[in-house]
Amino acid sequence: MSKKITAILLTCIMIITIGMTGCAKPADTAPTASDTIKVGWMGSLTGDQAVWGQCEFNTVKMLFEEINAKGGVLGKQLEAIGYDTKGDPQEAVNVAKRLTSQDKVVAIIGPNASGSAISIASTLEQAKVADIATVATNPKVTVLDGKVKPYNFRVCFIDPYQGAVAAGYAADVLKFKNAAILYDVADDYSQGLAEYFEKTFIEKGGAIVVKEGFKGGDVDFRPQLSKIKAANPDVIFMPYFFKEVALSANQARELGITAALMGGDGWPSDQLITMAKDAVNGSYIVNHLDFDDPEVQDLKTRYKAKYNQDLELNGFLGNDAVLMLVDAIQRAGEVDSEKIAKALETTDIKGVTGTIKIGKDTHNPEGKEAAIIKLVDGKYVFQQKYSPK
Amino acid sequence: MDTYVQGILILAGINLMAVLGLSLLTGFTGLFSFGHAGFMAIGGYTAATMTVKFHWPFIPALLMGGLMAALLSVFIGRLTLNLKGDYFCIATLGFGEATRLILDNVQYFGGARGWPGIPNYTTLTNVIFINIIGIIILANLIRSRHGRNMIAVREEELASQIVGINVFKYKMMSLMISASYAGIAGGLMAHYMTFLQPKMFSLIKSTELTIIVIFGGLGSISGSVLGAVVLTALPEVLRSFASWRLVVYGLAVIIIMISRPEGLMGGYEFTPSSMRKLFSRLKKKNITAEGGK
Repeated sequence: MSKKITAILLTCIMIITIGMTGCAKPADTAPTASDTIKVGWMGSLTGDQAVWGQCEFNTVKMLFEEINAKGGVLGKQLEAIGYDTKGDPQEAVNVAKRLTSQDKVVAIIGPNASGSAISIASTLEQAKVADIATVATNPKVTVLDGKVKPYNFRVCFIDPYQGAVAAGYAADVLKFKNAAILYDVADDYSQGLAEYFEKTFIEKGGAIVVKEGFKGGDVDFRPQLSKIKAANPDVIFMPYFFKEVALSANQARELGITAALMGGDGWPSDQLITMAKDAVNGSYIVNHLDFDDPEVQDLKTRYKAKYNQDLELNGFLGNDAVLMLVDAIQRAGEVDSEKIAKALETTDIKGVTGTIKIGKDTHNPEGKEAAIIKLVDGKYVFQQKYSPK
Repeated sequence: MDTYVQGILILAGINLMAVLGLSLLTGFTGLFSFGHAGFMAIGGYTAATMTVKFHWPFIPALLMGGLMAALLSVFIGRLTLNLKGDYFCIATLGFGEATRLILDNVQYFGGARGWPGIPNYTTLTNVIFINIIGIIILANLIRSRHGRNMIAVREEELASQIVGINVFKYKMMSLMISASYAGIAGGLMAHYMTFLQPKMFSLIKSTELTIIVIFGGLGSISGSVLGAVVLTALPEVLRSFASWRLVVYGLAVIIIMISRPEGLMGGYEFTPSSMRKLFSRLKKKNITAEGGK
């Protein structure tokens, strides 16, 4: 009896799953494909960074709808096909393969995680499809051993630059002499930023009085913070993501640490304000843009009107990635993935996060200035555009 | 066959290699391990070092990865194999996490930021080839005197000791072989992804491997094969559920485990001839399901 039930259940599951794969396709490979331009998106729809990933995909979908309403690109409609990577490099490879070989997209937007953006490089090269990473700040996303990867691009600045901006601003503008670093030893982004902050800050004549690590997922930072308190720094550099930032900032204030806090583009999120409004008051953030810049208000209100949520950082960079791609398709003059990749190399546009002029040898936006933001009473207050000398 | 389907089959093959090893340890010797991702990491980083830094050919590099994982397992085994049941399991868990955290901080291998630029040597052909060799070796081992001794250890440790089986030796042998399979799987993974990051070998990976072994059926090689293919393909098949995908995946696994607690194969094996038939049937199914798109 139970065997029978099992057999029936298993058969059901098999039939359902096979049926599902079947129906995922036809919609995409409809004969009208010539009227649409298929663009892939990948990123974290689940997992730690789901908040950002979902916002990014929503932005892309919203912009595509707007562009389509205005007649599309080259007279064709844009279609976004997005899949979840969980922020996992291995899933990212699967997604890249699916997008290029089954959905036959002409270009891919995302992912936001550097690890995922690096691992898909060989798949992109095989398929000759370009990818525009949004918030993947690891230098090795586009350049490896001095050689530029032909199909990898990005719209954001890179970690060495971000670390240098933070250190430069702390040393030159805020005149801090002693800095402490608290970072996530098991996170690529955090390690990178900590390394470059340390390098630049010492070059500028400052001293790193203490450098403490923790492991992603930790919720108690008091042991490390106690050591930091003993070293009495002017500023604590916290290059990790908003959830841990909120926890560690709260605990730092509890322990009576009054030093200024500083962080990178892992900070900006509404979650941070909700969780640690008072603790992060007066902190400095290196960001991709100024949230109050009049030029970005339009995008923010459009997003808010459509999804009734605030636009997160990824949305702004997603917006610029879309602008970059649309510009490249128009200049390529036809929907051909290789020609689009070529056109992307000579991108020179104005996005909401600044001027995006792609360097031919780096595939990074060159000379993009960072925005320094100060947190005042739960508001992101723009200080200045800054690039280190 | 398009690269997407090929990619999934390669991944299934890589998982299968690690699962075969774990199957020997968990399914046939009765030792649970939650640290096999650690052995995969060792194998992966060793194999990648050999091909990238010393320019070795692929197969010797893979074997080196397996050997390195086996060596390390001897060291771990000496310290932990006298622990019984759950205690051994916790020790392996600690080993796996420790390996990952150490790699996170070894800048020679790129630390947590990962190691890009590993040559892409893993193809579907060599994965299938290596898996077939792995299965043949394992099947023969299990049917040999040594394999029967391992099964005896699983069934009743005390009794097997009394009849003169060196329990420690067989546990160690099982762990070593198991680790070398995982090491080779790690090497294959490194040369498939062309990128290594310690994050890829987290506790989640270890549990995934254990789940596959239990899902396929403890003490069944064919169960492991089936489990690896089904559980690697399932999340990809479920892509159309978008953000509900992993929920559905979890549900499917739970339903199968409730309705069949002994796993898909429940300790039974396909004979070589019927297995061949099943393989061709599965392949056909895959082609019609995936290739039709």
